[in-house]
Amino acid sequence: MATTKATEQLDFDRYNQEWYIDKLVQGVVFLAGISAIVFVLGIFIFVTMEGIGFLFKDFSLSQFLLSPWWEPTDDDKPTYGILALIAGTASVTGLAMVVAIPFSLGAAIYIGEFATGKTRETLKVLVELLAAIPSVVWGFIGLSIMNPLIIDLFDVPVGLTVLNAGIILGLMAAPIMTSIAEDALKAVPDRYREAAEALGATRWQVIFKTILPAAKNGLLGAVLLGVGRGFGETMAVLMATGHAINIPDSIFDSVRALTTTIAAELGETAVGSPHYEALFTIGIFLFLITFIINLSADLIVRGIRNQ
Amino acid sequence: MKHSTQMFAESDLNNRNRRYEQLFKTLFLLMTLLLIIPVLVILGTLIVKGSGSLSIEFLFTEPTNGMTEGGIFPALLGTVWLVSVALLISVPLGVAAAIYLSEYAPDNWYTRIINLAIINLAGVPSIVHALFGVGAFVIFFGFGTSILAASLTLAIMTLPVVIVSTRESLQAVPHAFREACWNMGATRWQTIRKVVLPNAVSGILTGVILEVSRTTGETAPIMFTGAAFFLPYLPQGIFDQTMALSLHLFVVATQVPNVPESLPYGVALVLIGIVLLMNTLSIAFRMHLRSKKKW
Amino acid sequence: MVSQTEKPPKFSVKDLTIRYGTTPALSGVSLEVEENEIFGIIGPANAGKTSFLKVLNRMDTMTEGMSYEGEIEFNGINTRKLRNLYALRSRIGVVFPLPVGLPLSIYDNVAFSPRLRGINEKKRLDQIVEQSLTRAALWDEVKDRLDSLGSLLSGGQQQRLTIARALSQDPDILFLDEFSIAVDPVTTMRIEDVLVELKQEMTIILVTNLVQQARRLTRRTAFFLSGECVEVGETEAMFAGDVKDSRTSDYIEGRFG
Repeated sequence: MATTKATEQLDFDRYNQEWYIDKLVQGVVFLAGISAIVFVLGIFIFVTMEGIGFLFKDFSLSQFLLSPWWEPTDDDKPTYGILALIAGTASVTGLAMVVAIPFSLGAAIYIGEFATGKTRETLKVLVELLAAIPSVVWGFIGLSIMNPLIIDLFDVPVGLTVLNAGIILGLMAAPIMTSIAEDALKAVPDRYREAAEALGATRWQVIFKTILPAAKNGLLGAVLLGVGRGFGETMAVLMATGHAINIPDSIFDSVRALTTTIAAELGETAVGSPHYEALFTIGIFLFLITFIINLSADLIVRGIRNQ
Repeated sequence: MKHSTQMFAESDLNNRNRRYEQLFKTLFLLMTLLLIIPVLVILGTLIVKGSGSLSIEFLFTEPTNGMTEGGIFPALLGTVWLVSVALLISVPLGVAAAIYLSEYAPDNWYTRIINLAIINLAGVPSIVHALFGVGAFVIFFGFGTSILAASLTLAIMTLPVVIVSTRESLQAVPHAFREACWNMGATRWQTIRKVVLPNAVSGILTGVILEVSRTTGETAPIMFTGAAFFLPYLPQGIFDQTMALSLHLFVVATQVPNVPESLPYGVALVLIGIVLLMNTLSIAFRMHLRSKKKW
Repeated sequence: MVSQTEKPPKFSVKDLTIRYGTTPALSGVSLEVEENEIFGIIGPANAGKTSFLKVLNRMDTMTEGMSYEGEIEFNGINTRKLRNLYALRSRIGVVFPLPVGLPLSIYDNVAFSPRLRGINEKKRLDQIVEQSLTRAALWDEVKDRLDSLGSLLSGGQQQRLTIARALSQDPDILFLDEFSIAVDPVTTMRIEDVLVELKQEMTIILVTNLVQQARRLTRRTAFFLSGECVEVGETEAMFAGDVKDSRTSDYIEGRFG
């Protein structure tokens, strides 16, 4: 008996090969896990590193944020104001949300609460496929299909406008917002529906009075992610806005966005020049804004899960 | 008598409610369709206007005459290069990270930070990824504008796709299976290798196909890191620049004068064809899996 | 509790308190499980029975937030500071309330544990698989389809598969946690017969919510209630009314629970 105990004690106290392999794997996958953190920090650090020279040279925060003049190539006195670019991004994103919010919400309600069986599956698949269309294809659609359409319909000289990009971006963001909103509706427990139905409420009463209020955080999260998407979109906006620096008066004005300025100008600047560094500074600005948007969306969505 | 009026009133109310319900149902269906139909119309237009330029020759010859004629072979091949190298980096890394998050990670603050980082990685605008690629891979690590720099940028950008889909397929394997294995004295890794991964691998594959589709369509991240507007030669290795299908569409649509209309439509059609094919494949695969229950 | 044999107790538990986070699930348990006995644990839901089994094979390390205080000795070895808990767990067979057939072939289910121990020789594995399935009263039903998925067997068959898997570990001790929940009465009786046979070679801890099952099978029984071990005693004496706490007789006689 004593010997058995001794060997047992030894077995239980000795690391074997499998133990070491498990620890090794744990270490490796842990490194892979924290690589996500490393990359996010890396993005911030490297983009800042390239842009920081600008921050310490001619940079004035008030001019950067409040001047509508983005004239980095002006020979005498280049100015770096992103107000017009912010206005461009905001107007396009804003219009996109006007398009996307009602439609994606409506679609989410139909798919989540009304559609059943095959219809539901088919619609979900279609929405998923819509989300897959690359942004450069959307840009091309804006450029070659929407552009002449807008010129014809509204009798305007140019069709590459806030309206064009807003619709394109709305159609781009809607599928993603639809699936997130549908998830939020699905997260409302069935007992809410059953309880309301037991009280004699009809389906649309259940939806408006019970489900939408219960899912409001998730729906808000969906909208925020849509905003983030619109804010960060590059190719589609580049091709559909007309790319004119302008604080728009109407949806028929051409504008230019923050992202597209980088995409259009980075190739023409010399590494390390103030213009080059200013573009990276816009990058920092974009990074911080989307960081905040994504963080709030996550906090809001997680809020419902913890309830 | 009283009884019957009450009945009548109730059925009247019911009728009104039913009409409302029908109204709303139709309204929501309309919204759903309005979301889908324009896109189908647009796709139809692409097909009608683009199919004329599609041919085997279009796919396998080089662009000629200042990119106003000829095919798209260098761009197609370049996209294959970029996507393959990006996948070679992001799939192992993403699967490993997902294994950590699903199987090893304790529920504590640094796991939350990792999750937050993944969400942010997915949310950072693609053009900022491009700036990062320029700052880090092109300049700092000295890879220059090359397939390697572009693919690294793409890999990091699409990493969340792999992580999220892999984690989902891992977590679809019931926890009870893991406990059963642990109770027999299996280590976490033995459990993952023998029970969890074999049952998640098809789901992971579905996610990888999805990533191929995402990576194929990305344009902004490769613009300044490795993809060129036009190259007279094909890439020979990962330190070469390359053309890419997505960027080629941008170039022929906006940068080249006197392009016949059907050419960019043809490029768009090929690009969207690849992307939708991949997505359809992934969806079909997923449905097949769902029909083949193993527990 | 005075040990009635000369061998050291299989499990000796002193002042055990189990917590999830800061919430105690079970507190102040002291008891000993002796070699080759069937030891019963009875009590209503949420009494802490399953948590108790979990710390005995140190599954607390695999469970988020679970911790324990007090001392647990397995064959006289304190399990708190052991480095290789996998080796400890491989000596303990566990059968859950809900059957878990792994999504592997029936054969691979039963060969899982022997393979973990490094047994890869086909003949030896065949022998273990047949023996374990036979003892779990499942061999005749599945011997012609060992390749089919264990996770697709019926509930009762999966439960016997789980028992076969536990037996394939060649365990020192077997934990059964309310095994009859998902099993029909006939299968339950068959498994009970198997347990009586197994008692000759191994120790068994039987957690059950069926007091009559405890009475049929166990020599001694502990009564857990709401995170507390109310008492431990000879089963027959308990059922004869010789209890230290009136709650025990109330439960046994079905006045609550």
